Amino acid sequence: MALSEAEVRHLARLARVSVSDEEVARLQAQLSTILEHFELLNAIDTEGVPPTAQSFDLANVEREDASRPSPSREEMLSNAPKTDGPYVRVRAVLE
Amino acid sequence: MANETPESILDLTAHEQATHLRSGAVTARALAESALARVQAQEASLNAYISVNEAEALAQADAADARLRAGNAAPLTGIPIGVKDLLSTKGVATTAASNMLRNFTPIIDCTVVAKLREAGAVFVGKTNLDEFAMGSSTEHSAFGATHNPWALDRVPGGSSGGSAATVAAGGVPLSLGTDTGGSIRQPAALCGVVGLKPTYGRVSRFGVIAFASSLEQVGPFARDAEDAALLLGAIAGHDPNDATSAPVPVPDYTADLSKGLDGLRVGVPHEFFVEGMEPGVREAVEQAIAVFEANGAIVDRDVTLPSVPAALPVYYIIAPSEASANLARYDGVKYGFRAEADSMWAEMEQSRGRGFGAEVKRRIFLGTYALSAGYYDAYYLKAQKVRTLIRREFAAAFASHDLLLTPCSPNVAFRLGEKLDDPLAMYLNDLCTIPVNIAGNPAMSIPCGFSEGLPVGLQLIGDMFSESTLLRAASAYGALTGWQERRPAFFGDARG
Repeated sequence: MALSEAEVRHLARLARVSVSDEEVARLQAQLSTILEHFELLNAIDTEGVPPTAQSFDLANVEREDASRPSPSREEMLSNAPKTDGPYVRVRAVLE
Repeated sequence: MANETPESILDLTAHEQATHLRSGAVTARALAESALARVQAQEASLNAYISVNEAEALAQADAADARLRAGNAAPLTGIPIGVKDLLSTKGVATTAASNMLRNFTPIIDCTVVAKLREAGAVFVGKTNLDEFAMGSSTEHSAFGATHNPWALDRVPGGSSGGSAATVAAGGVPLSLGTDTGGSIRQPAALCGVVGLKPTYGRVSRFGVIAFASSLEQVGPFARDAEDAALLLGAIAGHDPNDATSAPVPVPDYTADLSKGLDGLRVGVPHEFFVEGMEPGVREAVEQAIAVFEANGAIVDRDVTLPSVPAALPVYYIIAPSEASANLARYDGVKYGFRAEADSMWAEMEQSRGRGFGAEVKRRIFLGTYALSAGYYDAYYLKAQKVRTLIRREFAAAFASHDLLLTPCSPNVAFRLGEKLDDPLAMYLNDLCTIPVNIAGNPAMSIPCGFSEGLPVGLQLIGDMFSESTLLRAASAYGALTGWQERRPAFFGDARG
């Protein structure tokens, strides 16, 4: 299945990744080739087969709802690109 | 043995190094100094490391010497180890080989690193990889490609290429990698070392930078089965911080190493001997199977896993889907690269557009597509259903076999740049390893000979949680053939 340029730009928006015109052209060609390879799956009968999300069947792993120490504010902010006192600084979300 | 130097002891396996550390023939400090010197001297040719952490390594070595003197050393106390730069190390930069995390310093250790710290291991440095572990050649690294010690113009495989190359070159006897679709086994094959992907859930993923959470495991690189057993034993086990880790007891992985091949029921599924496989690889693998047969293993060539050819598309739907979700966290707000732009959305889009490399973007787009409205059922759900079929076929095969033997990679190490512009050709390189991650089983690659002067890997696949059987077979085969003793001319300190 071939992807259109508009579809690649739509994906870029869904994934919030900026792309140059050159990247759009390259991704369009490469993703189309890869998607074509996926068509192999259409030939496989999966009627009545349940999906597998992961290969070791654990379910509902819970822990006690108890408080425990968390990292300090200084540690949590230590990798932030921009901070302002005890806050992470970002551009205005609402203009 | 007389006239041993720290350098000659560094050439040995980890368990041999441990013996010399205990006898006092060498100190952990001297061993760490020779490992650091060797690794740094090799870097100009290999580029196996993103960072070498001399001060921390020497401090760990001094602490190891104190433990050795006090007589409370663990098996890995004082052993130099390389750690894939996807594994969080507290206070030491962890980049995932991405510009996105070039300046990221974790505030925690991942569980496996914490366990090895506790065991007294010495972390020499953080090894190179394909960005976010996405790739099969270690060329997709924001820090440049790693080179194969057997032929410096060739790739080491990937994504854990740095970890494989440094063990093959003798910089360290042991290293850690991660394996999501073959990222331990394929570079082990291409670099002629031992690599083990544990059963899904066997090793904690807490603190490992996430790529595809339902597929990946941390595992060891080593130069023999005994060393792989020691490192696996040190990192395996349930972790309350990883809800997907298995509450299954950890056996002594060295216990069965000398039990030989006699009586092992071995299957050889033809689906893994793929079209386009190099003749030299096929020949080496066939000779390896003959060694198993001649030494008491019962070889069955009728075993079949008919859905295995579908594993590649299943993988390239499921792994990018999980990746697109896992990598959504890189928004340039709390950590990671942030671009400057004139609005909140523009900043986020440009942070991601400039922070991620080409292969990572390709996979985010693929995953976003497979999960998007209108395509979810046709791609993601379909892939998950075929995944069930593949799991069932593996389970059926292991009802009557102890091991499956296959090639690990259809080819030997290819030239740098050869597959870089053709993503599908690169993906096809993992045809033999990917099915195992889809099913969740443990598997190893061990050296089984050479083709065109380059190492070939034999893949051993086992039943769920049967790592002991894999290690037993690997140990016996290694002792019988000696392939694991071969070293590249680049090995050690004597390089041309």
